[in-house]
Amino acid sequence: MMKNLTALFLAVFSTICWAQEKANDSLETIKLNEIIVIGNKPSLHLKQSKSLTSVEEYLSKSSKVNMIKRGSYAWEPIINNMATERTVITIDGMRIFGACTDKMDPITSYVEVSNLAEATIASGQQASCHGAGIGGSVDLKRNPFSDKNTGWNGSLNSGFESNNLQKIIGASLGYNDSHFYTHIDFMHRDADNYKAGGNKEVRFSQFTKYNISASVGYFINQQKLLEASAIYDKANNIGYPALPMDVSLAEAKIVSLSYKYLPKSNFVTNWETKLYFNSITHKMDDTKRPSVPIHMDMPGWSDTYGYYSRMKGKFEKHSFLADLNGFYNKSIAEMTMHPSDPNENLMFMYTWPDVRTLYNGLSLEDNIKISENDHLRIGANLGFQNNTIANDFGLASLRIFYPEMDASKNRFLKSFAANYTKKNNIFEFGFGLAYAERAPSVSEGYGFYLYNSSDFYDYIGNPNLKNENAFEGNFSTGYKTSQLTAKITGSYFYFSNYIIGKIDPNTLPMTIGASGVKRYEAIDNAKILNTDFNLTYDFLENWQFKSQLTYSTGKDNDGNNLPFISPIKYSAGIDFKKENFNAGISVLGNLAQNEFAKTYGQTKTPDYLIFGLNAGYAFHWNQNILKLQTGVENILDRYYTTYADWNKIPRMGRNIFINLTFNFH
Amino acid sequence: MKILKYTALLFLSIVLFSCSSDDASEIPADETTGLHKIQEIANDTHTIELFSSTGSLVQGYNHVSLRIKDKKTNTYITDAEISWTPLMHMAMMQHSCPRSEVGKVDKKTIFEGDIIFQMAQNETEYWELSISYKINGAIYTASDKINVPASAKRTVSSFKGSDGNNYVIAYIAPSSPKVALNDMTVGIYKMKDMMTFPFVDNLRVKIDPRMPSMGNHGSPNNTDLMQRDVYGPYMGTLSLTMTGYWKINLQVLNASHEVLKGEAVTTDNPSSSLYFEIEF
Repeated sequence: MMKNLTALFLAVFSTICWAQEKANDSLETIKLNEIIVIGNKPSLHLKQSKSLTSVEEYLSKSSKVNMIKRGSYAWEPIINNMATERTVITIDGMRIFGACTDKMDPITSYVEVSNLAEATIASGQQASCHGAGIGGSVDLKRNPFSDKNTGWNGSLNSGFESNNLQKIIGASLGYNDSHFYTHIDFMHRDADNYKAGGNKEVRFSQFTKYNISASVGYFINQQKLLEASAIYDKANNIGYPALPMDVSLAEAKIVSLSYKYLPKSNFVTNWETKLYFNSITHKMDDTKRPSVPIHMDMPGWSDTYGYYSRMKGKFEKHSFLADLNGFYNKSIAEMTMHPSDPNENLMFMYTWPDVRTLYNGLSLEDNIKISENDHLRIGANLGFQNNTIANDFGLASLRIFYPEMDASKNRFLKSFAANYTKKNNIFEFGFGLAYAERAPSVSEGYGFYLYNSSDFYDYIGNPNLKNENAFEGNFSTGYKTSQLTAKITGSYFYFSNYIIGKIDPNTLPMTIGASGVKRYEAIDNAKILNTDFNLTYDFLENWQFKSQLTYSTGKDNDGNNLPFISPIKYSAGIDFKKENFNAGISVLGNLAQNEFAKTYGQTKTPDYLIFGLNAGYAFHWNQNILKLQTGVENILDRYYTTYADWNKIPRMGRNIFINLTFNFH
Repeated sequence: MKILKYTALLFLSIVLFSCSSDDASEIPADETTGLHKIQEIANDTHTIELFSSTGSLVQGYNHVSLRIKDKKTNTYITDAEISWTPLMHMAMMQHSCPRSEVGKVDKKTIFEGDIIFQMAQNETEYWELSISYKINGAIYTASDKINVPASAKRTVSSFKGSDGNNYVIAYIAPSSPKVALNDMTVGIYKMKDMMTFPFVDNLRVKIDPRMPSMGNHGSPNNTDLMQRDVYGPYMGTLSLTMTGYWKINLQVLNASHEVLKGEAVTTDNPSSSLYFEIEF
């Protein structure tokens, strides 16, 4: 009751604020994406209250993004209440796929905040150039070292969090000159088990990782830039308290070579071509758990080779983009079980039977400025995908379920979108329609006995699945003055051939303790609706009030609730910024999830409300900045769990953090 | 002179050592490639060589190849009518086992057949193989002791059915199981008397492969084993989802769907009393 009232109060309060006119950074109304700034850029340092937090924390500031948490590490981002099989997540435009059949390694876990400048989040088809998805996309953009001032630059970072004794240390060094630049950065994190509210330790939630990245760029001339970059990320001994296994190794090698050309042309303004390769190794480990029914080794590997060539141009009222992209991915995962009798043969099978995915696509986008106030964006994405099982053993395994299946399957994926926005000085209004298709993921198409520890079923892939598709309708309304910005957006997705696991009553499970087997099937239709409201209000010169409210619903063809749909989520905060000092207070909560997916094995989640405080100070001298940030999260040490916590593991209790960063020039 | 000598030598060597590809009249070189010799059984006139793919006999199903060498001419016989009788010498009695006819399949000198030893030898009890053959109207016999050790895993089982008859069931194929839907073949024989074990018709075998070391989980899409021809073995599909040790639980049913032997696997009953084992 109290929580409902608080939510209502916040929602109402945030809608009736008015204030005097004041100059304000304008929201770029043409861009439909949401940009979350991550980096440690000196000019923006005051806008982050906790600059050394994880990449996932940054992403969850978006109203479109939620996180499924299986531990305190590697959260899976969900956009518009859709998980990674329905979205496209890229690092600087590079496609990259996790190597874990249980989704313990979303690719956001393979980068660090020190690698990134910003994350561009697009809802639905509003930026579909990186691949075929439905819910949206996230592009984690790396730091563009090319636009730093000449000379040496660098930083030292250190942080500490009290709850799980997380120690963070990082450093970076770069050199820029008129002909080339080079940059290297390093970050290391080490944390023990965390404690939920009431000092309840969550065992097996520790992690250790380090990340090194380097880039080198050479300016061939004023307009041409050649850049090579690499990221190496390695994490050991990562605990996943929500799962029956932990991870002994999660390692990523990401390399790319790109050529950027800014022609002095009236037509083409920017042409970038990139070649890339990434390799992920992921090894699950159950040796630290006290008692396992049978000891298993579960390593997985995912290698991706890819390219893109993206051209941007202008012609009269049109700003267009053409992007040719493709990738080749090899995903393979094994399971080896050790029987208790050491003389008995090992039990071996492929859980991902060496699936090769080859995708080539063309993405076209045109932004038309019909008039000063009217803007139309149209986009299309066409792609060809081939999936092949390259390994005979793997193919024979899947043929146990699908004796007639071919080793290879071709798909044609298309999407179209149109968005219209109209704005004047204070109001902005937009609506859009889109149609998109996506291919089943490796697990959905070719998974072999993948155990889901949240609903206790073994999942079997289905290579005969048709492309899932959705019609999307979206709208947005905004009101903007120099002091107040308010925006409501909503998207409605109507799916056909919605891919979800359905119980197969005739098949016995394999995993000890599983309730049965589910096969990925396509249901006739499903619907997801997401709406959100964002407000910022600047007052009294140095103060800002921010609030966010989201509401979502999802239903399948029988009217049952879909799993992992967020209940009403609300947050609010007040920030104070004056010169070098900033401080803030925030509140975040969910209402109870009563619309849980009973038919899919979910249970009710209670409501929660948590409070946080933060403060920071920056010292400047010459071009150097020393920034100190500190704060308390979950001040009242509330014990809580959310709808997105796998197996209802509790989240962190009270946590005091301190971040110290030093940027020099 | 010297040139002539060498030329002659060369000419001679070419003639003597040249290979001829097609000699229908000549006995083919060696038809035993891929087979390994088990042993020889000899009498005054002939030596019978026994072969199998493994080189030894074992309890259970054996596919045996043999060829008969004429001691005088040192050539292999291409035409003979052969029959064999394996006999187990036990303390109290002697008995035979299920076996097929011996005949030529696709080779000239090799004769083949199946023998299913339902039990292995031990310190006091042993198997002997007697072969009786007719060449050009003359009948010959040869016999010798053979080695039939126990199989590492259970591949043959003797049981008394609920109808009072004694049966022998033997695992025939797949000899190299794979993670896949495997074609499975099983032979079922009725013990008519100590020496006669004919094929049984019109039965049905239900199979339920399980992994006892892993929660006794099973596999999907197995099919019952049924006969293709009268007097033939039983065939169906064996589904194996991973490598390791599997226990294939069996239930044998008669034409009226009554269970002759074996129980279904349930949470209370983890194994049938009738089963085969494989490990790969």
